[in-house]
Amino acid sequence: MKRGFTLLATVAGLLLSFGLYEALIAAPTERTMGDVQRIFYYHVPSAWTAFLLFLINFAASVVFLVRRNAAADILALVTAEVGVVFCTVVLVTGPLWARPVWGIWWAPGDIRLTTTLVLWLIYISYLMLRRFSTSSQTPLVAAIVAIFGALDVPLVYFSIWFFRTQHPSPVIGGGGSLDPRMARVLLINWAAFLCLAGLICWTRYLLEIARRQVEEAQGMESLLERSP
Amino acid sequence: MSYFSIARSSLVKDIRLEWRSKDAINAMLFFALLVVVIFSFAFDPTAEESRTIAGGLVWVAVLFAAIVALNQTWSRELRNQVLDAYRVSPATGTPLFLAKAVGNFIFVSAIEALMTPLFVVFYKLRALGPVGELLPTAVLGTWALVVNGTFFAAISLRTRSREVMLPLLLFPLSIPALLAMVNATTAILTGEESARFWVALLLAYDVVFTTACLLMFDIVLEAE
Repeated sequence: MKRGFTLLATVAGLLLSFGLYEALIAAPTERTMGDVQRIFYYHVPSAWTAFLLFLINFAASVVFLVRRNAAADILALVTAEVGVVFCTVVLVTGPLWARPVWGIWWAPGDIRLTTTLVLWLIYISYLMLRRFSTSSQTPLVAAIVAIFGALDVPLVYFSIWFFRTQHPSPVIGGGGSLDPRMARVLLINWAAFLCLAGLICWTRYLLEIARRQVEEAQGMESLLERSP
Repeated sequence: MSYFSIARSSLVKDIRLEWRSKDAINAMLFFALLVVVIFSFAFDPTAEESRTIAGGLVWVAVLFAAIVALNQTWSRELRNQVLDAYRVSPATGTPLFLAKAVGNFIFVSAIEALMTPLFVVFYKLRALGPVGELLPTAVLGTWALVVNGTFFAAISLRTRSREVMLPLLLFPLSIPALLAMVNATTAILTGEESARFWVALLLAYDVVFTTACLLMFDIVLEAE
């Protein structure tokens, strides 16, 4: 277990530094956008990682509702937290790129931008619910909110579908023409981000288990103290 | 008791309580009036401009006012442990939920009916599109707010500072519904495009979330 963790940490560190070099120096400069385009190697992998984490959160919430096991609940909590962080990276790097390229920071009503923003808002409210909840049934209520959030996302996507999009179309599988060298850098960075996300989730998972054990022990202790 | 008699007796009880106290209606009405007046200070639009912004203003005012009613939906049942009594009774939770949602729907609709003339006066409104389409927009839009609002009010009962928690949960999830309501209303007022798409979207939203609420309300009610 410990060896696996060290291995993952090493791989993440190596991939991240290699990815940084590849993205900033080795990858070819884009013809029209110039160096600004390099933010793409961080924006897109963060987005994919965040969406994957939210997907895991949804699956874990469903599993929790059906099976009621604590591991699924902790997994849901952890993936939501880390997913929000990666989603924040997406929402920050997007406007940084858009300002020089589109001339505006934000395109209101754009399908991808709005869906990502709403997803981010939903998960912030999910985390706030977990923080504010006072009952012992927090996991249950949180799982229900996660499922409602998942139901909401297709509706948001569909509602904005009416507008045209400014966002560049998907580069992988979308019939886009991405330079193979750029695609390679993108995939390296995605692998690096996945390792990093896995590493953070793993740490947070262990931390949450430890926190619950401490809480339980404290509860037991106060019970024992009270009964002579 | 059958499903509908439980729902009906609960609904009649809520309406009677509201009729005698008029707590929610008065609070909502005054709140909505304040929003309308403050907005009219903030913007001084011509008739042409107000057509394009009124759709947003009116629904934001309704949303804020509805929170007042939604927040006290369940807190009323906490006094004297009414909710606990309901929980141990053999009845399922869904008729209770349905009664609460319908009750809120009636209260919020009443507020809308009273507020519409105010808006027309303050913003010199005159619709250029088919006015009849405002009715399905209002009905479906109000139900969209109220059904999720009633559900999340039940969830936020179990949190600290629950009055704050409800809008935090409800607003992000209501974004597609709000978008559809605002765009449909603007489309009808300006008469530039059809509101059909948005009304259909509202209908889809209502169907999805009403089903989800009814399926999951028992879990929320039992979670204690």
